[in-house]
Amino acid sequence: MSDDTQDHDDHSGSRRDFLYLSAGAFGAVGLGAALWPFISSMNPSADVLALSTTEVDLSQVEDGQRITVKWQGKPVFIDRRTPTAIEEAESTPLAELRDPETDEERVLTPEWLVVIGICTHLGCVPLGQKASEDRGEWGGWFCPCHGSHYDTSGRIRKGPAPLNLPIPPYAFLNDTSIKIG
Amino acid sequence: MSAGTNQTGGTNSGLVKWIDSRLPVFSYLQKEYAEYQSPRNFNWFWNFGAILTFLLVMMIMSGIFLAMQYQPNTALAFDSVERIMRDVNFGWLLRYLHQNGATFFFIAIYIHMFRGMYYGSYKAPRELLWMLGVVILLLAMATAFMGYVLPWGQMSFWGATVITNLFSAVPLVGDSIVTLLWGGFSIDNPTLNRFFALHYLFPFLIFGVVVLHVIALHVSGSNNPLGVDPKGPQDTVSFHPYYTMKDSVGLAVFVTIMAAFVFFAPDFFGEPENYLEAAPLNTPAHIVPEWYFLPFFAILRSVDFDILFIEAKLGGVIAMFGAIFVLFVLPWLDKSPVRSAKFRPVYKWFFWIFLIDCVLLGYVGGKPTDAPVFGGVESFQIIHLGYITTFWYFAHFLIVLPLLGIFERPKPVPKSISEAVLGGGSSGAAATAKPMEKA
Repeated sequence: MSDDTQDHDDHSGSRRDFLYLSAGAFGAVGLGAALWPFISSMNPSADVLALSTTEVDLSQVEDGQRITVKWQGKPVFIDRRTPTAIEEAESTPLAELRDPETDEERVLTPEWLVVIGICTHLGCVPLGQKASEDRGEWGGWFCPCHGSHYDTSGRIRKGPAPLNLPIPPYAFLNDTSIKIG
Repeated sequence: MSAGTNQTGGTNSGLVKWIDSRLPVFSYLQKEYAEYQSPRNFNWFWNFGAILTFLLVMMIMSGIFLAMQYQPNTALAFDSVERIMRDVNFGWLLRYLHQNGATFFFIAIYIHMFRGMYYGSYKAPRELLWMLGVVILLLAMATAFMGYVLPWGQMSFWGATVITNLFSAVPLVGDSIVTLLWGGFSIDNPTLNRFFALHYLFPFLIFGVVVLHVIALHVSGSNNPLGVDPKGPQDTVSFHPYYTMKDSVGLAVFVTIMAAFVFFAPDFFGEPENYLEAAPLNTPAHIVPEWYFLPFFAILRSVDFDILFIEAKLGGVIAMFGAIFVLFVLPWLDKSPVRSAKFRPVYKWFFWIFLIDCVLLGYVGGKPTDAPVFGGVESFQIIHLGYITTFWYFAHFLIVLPLLGIFERPKPVPKSISEAVLGGGSSGAAATAKPMEKA
C-alpha cells in the first residue's frame, strides 16, 4: 500500500500523465471534428449561396423618386436624387458623422444612390421610400423601430444604429440600367 | 397517512411489489410526493410550482398535436395556421390553449420568481435551486421567442429580425453568428425550419431542467413564508394529502382564469399585426414583442448612448442579457442572513419598489420611445422613464441588496414554524427538534 501511495503522489511527468493528456487532446479534437458538420450545416446552403444578381431598369424612375428592389432576400433602395438632396449630402462635414464617409465614396454617379435598405441597428426596413412617409430629420430615411435617422446619402445621423446603410456591389450596364450583385 | 409501513403507496398488489423490487418507481413516488415533509405554513404563493408543471405538460401536449397540422415552410406556414383555426377539429382550441398557455406560463413563472425574491428562497442552501430556475426562465424565453415566429405573421417576422440581429452586436464574429442563425442572408425558409425543430426540442430540455430543479428542491426542502427551517415533525406536514389538495385548489382557480381568456378573449394578449402574413419588404410602424419580453425590451432600448468604448447597440444587448444574468448571482448579492421579507423592514419596501420598477419597464417597452409618459408633458418621454427604470433595475441588485445586508436591522425571527403559526412552543416536540441555527 505504501508503495502505491508513493507512486500516486509522484505525478510529475509520468508515462500515465502523458497518456491521459494525449488521449484527452485526441478526444477533444475528435469531438470538435464530429461537431463541425452539424454546425456547418446551419450555415447558408449551396442553393442559398448560389450567386444571385438583380438587373434593374432605371428608365422609368423620375427625378426625386425612390424605388425598392429585392436582392438576396433583402430590400435595396434606389434613389434618383434631386440636386438639393445631392447638395445636402455633399456639403455635410465629416465631423458631424458617426460613421464618416463622403458622399463621393458612396455613389458611382451623384444622381443615383443605391443602398441596402436594412437598418444597421437591428435590421428593420427604414421608412422614406414614399414621399408620404417619415424621412427623418435629414430627409433620407427614418427607422420606425428604434428611431434611427439617415441622411440623403444613407448615412447614420441620429439614433442607435452604429453604421451607414451599406452599399451593395453594383455596376451600370448602360445609362438606364444597373446590375446588383 | 401513516408512512413507512407500506413502501408502495398503500397497495398490496403483487404486481406492484414485483415491479417495485426491480424498478422502485412506486416507492420513489411514495417517498418524494406522498410522505415528503413540507413546512406546514405554505401560503398560496407556494402553488406556482405545481401550476407551472401542469402548464408545461399542457404546452407539450397541445404543441405536439399542433405540430401534426402545421407546415414549417414560408409559403405554407401562415395558411396552415389559419387552416388549424378554421378546418381542423378543435384546432382553434389547440391553438388558443397553446397561445394563451405561453402567456400564462410567464405569468406563473414571474409570480414564482417574485415569491422567491420576497421570501428569500434563493439563499443558502438553495442557490443552485434558484440558478436552475433562471436556466428554466432562459430556456422558456428562447422557446417562446421561436414559437412566436412559427405563425409567420408580420410580428413573427420582424420580431425575429430584431432579436436575431441582436447578435450582430457581438464584436468581430457578430455577422457570422447572425448568418449561422438564419442559414441565409435574411430571415427566410431555412430560419423558419430550424426554429420549428428547436421549438419542438426546447420544451423537453426544460422538462429535464425541471427534473433537476425538483431534485435540488427535495434535497434542501421547501422554503416557507417565515424563512425559518423546520426543526422537526411539529413544523411539517406530509405533501400528500395536504399540499396535493392545496395545489389542486390553486390550480383549479388558475386554470379557470386561463380558460376565461382562451374561450372569451383569446387574442387579448396578442398583436393584431400578426394576423397579416410576413412581408419582408414592409416593416410595421411599431414592432413590439410579446408582453412577457417588454421589460427586457425596454432595457435594450434604454441604452441608446455609448458607454466608453462600448457602442450603444452592443451596450443595449449587454444590458438586456445582463438583466437576466444578474439573477444568477442574486444569492451572493443579497448578504442578509434573514430570508423572509416579513422580518426585513427595509428590504420589504425595496421589494415592492423593484416590483413597480419591473411593471414600469414593461410599460416603457410597449410604447414608442418619444411618446410622453402616461400622456403627460412632452418633455418627459418614455425614453427618460426608461433610463430611470433601467438604472433602478440594476441598482436594486448591485447597490441596494449588498448595502441592506450591511445596514438593515432585521426584526427578531421566530424560533420555529410551529411556535409562530400555533402560537406557543410545543414542548413535547422540542425533544426531537434539531439545534437551532443562527438566523
